[in-house]
Amino acid sequence: MLEKMIFGRYIPGDSIVHRIDARAKLVFVFLFIAIVFLANNWITYGLLIAFTLTIVAVSGIRFYFIVSGLKPVLFLLVFTFLLHTFFTKEGTVLLDLGFTEIYTGGVIQGIFIAIRFFVLVVMTTILTLTTTPISITDALELLLNPLKKIKLPVHELALMMSISLRFIPTLMDETDKIMKAQMARGSDMTTGPFKERMKAVVPLLIPLFVSAFKRAEDLATAMEVRGYKGGEGRTRYRQLDWNLRDTVAILLLVVFAVGLFLLRS
Amino acid sequence: MDIKLQQVSYAYAAGTPFEKRALYDVDLTIPSGSYQAIIGHTGSGKSTILQHLNAILKPTSGTVQIGDKRIDAGQKPKELKSVRQRVGIVFQFPEHQLFEETVEKDIMFGPMNFGVPEEEALRRAHELVGLLGLPQQVLEKSPFDLSGGQMRRVAIAGVLAMDPEVLVLDEPTAGLDPRGRKEIMNLFARLHREKGLTTVLVTHSMEDAGRYADRIAIMHSGKCVVEGTPQEVFAQTELLEDFRLELPQSVKLQRTIEEMTGHEFPTLYLTEEELAEALASYWTPNGEGMN
Repeated sequence: MLEKMIFGRYIPGDSIVHRIDARAKLVFVFLFIAIVFLANNWITYGLLIAFTLTIVAVSGIRFYFIVSGLKPVLFLLVFTFLLHTFFTKEGTVLLDLGFTEIYTGGVIQGIFIAIRFFVLVVMTTILTLTTTPISITDALELLLNPLKKIKLPVHELALMMSISLRFIPTLMDETDKIMKAQMARGSDMTTGPFKERMKAVVPLLIPLFVSAFKRAEDLATAMEVRGYKGGEGRTRYRQLDWNLRDTVAILLLVVFAVGLFLLRS
Repeated sequence: MDIKLQQVSYAYAAGTPFEKRALYDVDLTIPSGSYQAIIGHTGSGKSTILQHLNAILKPTSGTVQIGDKRIDAGQKPKELKSVRQRVGIVFQFPEHQLFEETVEKDIMFGPMNFGVPEEEALRRAHELVGLLGLPQQVLEKSPFDLSGGQMRRVAIAGVLAMDPEVLVLDEPTAGLDPRGRKEIMNLFARLHREKGLTTVLVTHSMEDAGRYADRIAIMHSGKCVVEGTPQEVFAQTELLEDFRLELPQSVKLQRTIEEMTGHEFPTLYLTEEELAEALASYWTPNGEGMN
């Protein structure tokens, strides 16, 4: 029932995008998020789209996934577009609806914001589609390492993150199973009035919480009996290694940023 | 109530790149009042079939006929509640579905969802607790304070409380101790006999299939490959080997005896008792052993 969820899933592949070091990808995406805000006219926004689509093409990910990554935020995208269309009063009047007027500036602003949204979501979707959750956490831990100096529990945070990521599919399966079991007992959480549906969530949530706590306890015990005691002196099985191509990727982005900076009005 | 699967195929995540076929053109008829066992390896599609029996899953192609309700591929059937009430499913590890404050309320959850009045649901809860061999005191307890075996019984009671006509069991005794296993399987056999409950048992245990079922279907890679009475199915030793399935212990013993003595028994003995009886009849009173 929940198997159609694609958001946050990793799709194995062998493209250059897949092979780039997770740290590089993470830095790349963070920089990109900042760079997006440089664009402010048709050329620069056009370049943003071209840049993003090029990366999609290089990654070899089927467009289907990109679209399904967009689905959850589609509402937000349309909403912001409409908001800008209706409330930006710049340029000339395009349409007079009586109660309000739509200005050309509003439409343009709406389109720009929608593009911004689009490229951001596509870029982050590509990050999660081409990088295993484990290497994202590893990368995050390594990138945050300097913060250990100010007593930030970097290793513990990364561990928490990887454990939660690890258990998402497990909990989804569990939810699916319990949902079916309760449906078989006549509980109905998909139809009926809102209040009834909310009531039907209780028989789903309680068993889910119970099993999640049980799992957490089992995991803690299993870690303890195997002598786990934090990140001190721990080596890694998966080594991340920074190659020339990673540096090149970051440099390309910098060049792109400079280009945008020069072309913006 | 007959259940009829015709050319049923099912694919998980159909239409996405993660699509996974689980069933291929399965034909299976479960007549009213029969005891049908479904055996097969892990991943053979047993559990997927089972979820079609009360329309939790709808076929990707083909039709499922549950009593007078017909479920076609690609259609959104309305009103499935009556089907769900008439076909009770005990899922694997059903104790995971317990959630109420007290055992009593949990058992009453199913029937109340189907519009059974409270007093009647209460009466059923009290009756079933006894039937499943639990002391009446557990009714007031939280289901989470019970032992694993007791939780399992409460969960089974929760399904039986719906008063279904068809009882579908997905490895109902997995993880129980041998004694509890026997008690529960005997209870299902009794309900089947006394209440005329149509029973569908998904199991890994050839012994249970041989002992209790009157029809056996073998699933292999999403297909229903063999269907027949236990006698017919377990007579095809080589075929079973192809599907990497074992014979029941008693049949294995019978075969070994036949090999060693060259004597052939007239029929297959599907339980230890039957085999023992057959052997005893060959025994001569002065203790000379088999003829």
